[in-house]
Amino acid sequence: MATTATPGSRTIFRRPASHTGFWSWITTADHKKIGIMYGYTAFTFFILGGLEALLLRIQLSQPDSAFLSAAEYNAMFTMHGTTMIFLFVMPVSAAFFNYLLPLMIGARDVAFPRMNAVSFWIFLFGGIFLYTSFLFGTTGPPAGGNLAEAASRLGSGPNGGWFGYAPNSGIRFSTGTVMDYWSIGLQILGLASLISSINFIVTVFNMRAKGMKLLRMPVFVWMTTVVAFLLLFSLPIIAVALFMITFDRSFGTLFFDPSMGGDPVLWQHFFWLFGHPEVYILILPAMGIVSEVLPTFSRKPLFGYPAVVFAGAAIGFMGFGVWAHHMFSSGVTPITQAAFGLSTMAIAIPTGIKIFNWIGTVWGGKIKLNTPMLFSIGFVGMFVIGGLSGVTHSIVPADWQQTDTYYIVAHFHYVLFGGAIFGLFSGLYYWFPKLTGRMYSEALGKLHFWVFFIGFNLTFGPMHWLGLNGMVRRTWVYAEETGLGPWNMAVTVGAFIIALGVLVFMANWSWSKRNGPIAPFDPWDARTLEWTMPSPTPEYNFAVNPVVTALDDFWHKKYTEDSDGRPVRRPEATALVAELEEVGLNPPAPIHLPNPSYYPFLVGLGMPMIGYGVIYRGAAWGIPLGIVGALIIVGSFIGWGVEPLEEPHEEHEDHSDEPGTDHGEDA
Amino acid sequence: MDSLDPQGPIAKDIDGLFRLTLYIATAIFILVQGGLLYAAIRYRDRGERTPEPKQIEGNARLEVIWTVIPVLILASIAVPTVDRIFKYTSCSDDALHIEVIGHQWWFEYGYPDEGFTTANVLVMPTDTEVCLDMSSDDVLHNYWIPKLNGKRYLVPGQDTVLLLEATEPGEYWGQCGEFCGLSHAKMRARVIAMAPDDYAGWLAEQQQVAVMPAEGSLEQAGLDLFLGGQCVSCHNISGVTAANPALVDGAIYGPDLTHFASRSVFAGAVLNLDDPGALEEWIDNPPLIKPGSFMPNIDLTQQEIEALAAYLRSLD
Repeated sequence: MATTATPGSRTIFRRPASHTGFWSWITTADHKKIGIMYGYTAFTFFILGGLEALLLRIQLSQPDSAFLSAAEYNAMFTMHGTTMIFLFVMPVSAAFFNYLLPLMIGARDVAFPRMNAVSFWIFLFGGIFLYTSFLFGTTGPPAGGNLAEAASRLGSGPNGGWFGYAPNSGIRFSTGTVMDYWSIGLQILGLASLISSINFIVTVFNMRAKGMKLLRMPVFVWMTTVVAFLLLFSLPIIAVALFMITFDRSFGTLFFDPSMGGDPVLWQHFFWLFGHPEVYILILPAMGIVSEVLPTFSRKPLFGYPAVVFAGAAIGFMGFGVWAHHMFSSGVTPITQAAFGLSTMAIAIPTGIKIFNWIGTVWGGKIKLNTPMLFSIGFVGMFVIGGLSGVTHSIVPADWQQTDTYYIVAHFHYVLFGGAIFGLFSGLYYWFPKLTGRMYSEALGKLHFWVFFIGFNLTFGPMHWLGLNGMVRRTWVYAEETGLGPWNMAVTVGAFIIALGVLVFMANWSWSKRNGPIAPFDPWDARTLEWTMPSPTPEYNFAVNPVVTALDDFWHKKYTEDSDGRPVRRPEATALVAELEEVGLNPPAPIHLPNPSYYPFLVGLGMPMIGYGVIYRGAAWGIPLGIVGALIIVGSFIGWGVEPLEEPHEEHEDHSDEPGTDHGEDA
Repeated sequence: MDSLDPQGPIAKDIDGLFRLTLYIATAIFILVQGGLLYAAIRYRDRGERTPEPKQIEGNARLEVIWTVIPVLILASIAVPTVDRIFKYTSCSDDALHIEVIGHQWWFEYGYPDEGFTTANVLVMPTDTEVCLDMSSDDVLHNYWIPKLNGKRYLVPGQDTVLLLEATEPGEYWGQCGEFCGLSHAKMRARVIAMAPDDYAGWLAEQQQVAVMPAEGSLEQAGLDLFLGGQCVSCHNISGVTAANPALVDGAIYGPDLTHFASRSVFAGAVLNLDDPGALEEWIDNPPLIKPGSFMPNIDLTQQEIEALAAYLRSLD
């Protein structure tokens, strides 16, 4: 029954057909497999970014430390930021979108399955390309400067900061190739996100189940949609800016070179006009996750659903109008400072609405404090701190003091770690049974939370104090006379506690996905569509296309309310769940699914070849390599164009004896 | 380096505004965090003893309340914020002007009325509004003396201003705030505020040409090395060098050394002149102390280093 086609013979290459094993992952167009690959890849980069952070913290644990050289330190902080933003939080959010979005709106896949695969492969190859800077990149002093020693390999990563401010990132002051890896690498990564944003928008607007009106969509889907629009409108800005800086560096243009009339402040406007929406791109998915977890474990609907949705959309719009608050000390005019100070204050209002509604959700509930719930409550608590310190930045004169200090570092880690990453871990635990069909260890999960919570606050709490006491960002050493040594040591200890928490998580994950108890069909008594199918999710998702009649449709199918407004389980609920499980494993009719394809992988593979071609255009092999890369991409698109999404079905084989369990998480 | 201990009227005003915001934020923090914790503990699932919760989907009145109250709080701090923005982004007509030029990785200070330049240590009178006219020679830098005011960028090709005012005489620490390349960490600043009388005396001293060492002394040997070697191609010493490299268009140049020994710190305000051996180590291998330094290691012998150091220490 659940059939997919046998390979056709009409295209040049034989169509890949396997649904298990290595090649099934390379060629898959299944949104779930792609989501899982996104997740594991992003987590690998999370480990790298975390190791970079630990090296930074060892260096800063004492004044005037010589653990890292200046070049190494600068590469580490640049790549820590770049990795955590572009290679961890964004793609791990994409992992959630990929895996969950179709399930939550009742679809069989995203609108463009192979485009989805392209996004992943471009992301993967873009990330690898960026990191090969450590292998092949060269760095140097500014033109005319001197070095006592050449930079080590560790010091040969991109080193101009994740924000790459001109003219320091230009060819005169960054004389090696490392910033070429950065600008071209981010260009490739941005392309991946841009393609997936279009895919998600089309999916949400066209592929929802019958009856799922926009205001019946789960908040997570809403936040995904807002994020997709933010990506769609902000990535072109950074793409243009990155092209400009790449051309400045490689082909002699002078957009940002002040010695020739270029304007370095223009780069800042471009960067933050992308960079501030980017902050919301990082946090909104976590807000969506929390908006699913809090109601489920409070056994109450989300308080003020429309307010939460509209506040999320409002944040999306206003997020484009606050960028210059990153530039209050850049010398922009007082009118600019006042306008962006006020808009920054204004964006606190929808953010506050969300927080109050989350508290309204747990208030009066029946709260189960298990691991996902602890992470979600932790998210709200930590995000409140980050939000309030964010408001102090809108007090522009105070920001003149705090900008470029560890106060800012503390602020955005409360937002992006205490916020985004706590929310993402909440989601990883919450959907773990969906992904694997097994339960995680609750004891290890709670241990992870408390180790994280303590380590996080010990790391980033004192940074507020450090910043107000004059600790400037991106400084590789600080003087003993500043008296900042002891606080920095505390921060470093905190960072290692966080690392311990990550180890607990990895142990829990790898043990539980093989040995955890088999998950019940509906382990959380959940509210949304993804829990109406077996776990791990069958390849075809829904055996029968669902019909939705309400927000939190699954909950309302299970529960009615008594006269007091309290939920009463419907007598037929147990039978309904049993039927969903039975039908979910045995679809009554054949289901057509997109066929696997080699081409998305090849498109991704071609991207870094062009990048190397641009960087090494002076070498004999440089330009030919770039041309080969371009030909691979163009050829793959042509091959893809003539390859039908689904091969014609010759016959429908009966697979009812192997119910999809092998399509689960076995990467 | 402590923004919580302001030592001038501007920094004090900003600190007051920050503290006001901090107190309001603390109150909100306690209220919100308290509510969250209370709910999480009070309503936790105690099995049979906890009834199924009422299914409340929202409350329009509450939504309005928690929208309007933050608006009012924010509006109340917006007013002084906007006022201070306009107040502290331009200089008054009677302000004392000092020029600041950022270099990788040191700050140059020019006194336009008196016609001299110095480096690393900015000297200014107390109880006077000092207007820094700032620019950069290379990349972005960011001038920050936490006890006297917030930060302002130094932008190549553009002019920015920053106001400083100190109430008490004293020495104030600073640091470049914006990442400016390899040795950003070693681009520090020092401000010395003096009573106006002392300041006038300092100005007079700085306008003198450099003292000449006694014939045949170690200092004289240092001067000869200075003039005969590479030093003179980047550094000016008034009364000694023939041409000032800083006046050559587009040239890379180093700090003016005419009154080098009158400054407590050097090499980007990172090294103390009083520390034994610090100056010698610097002259021996500058890129070792400050990676990427434009001052090269020119393989001087120990004797040459000692002579140069002795000469520089005599330039008070």
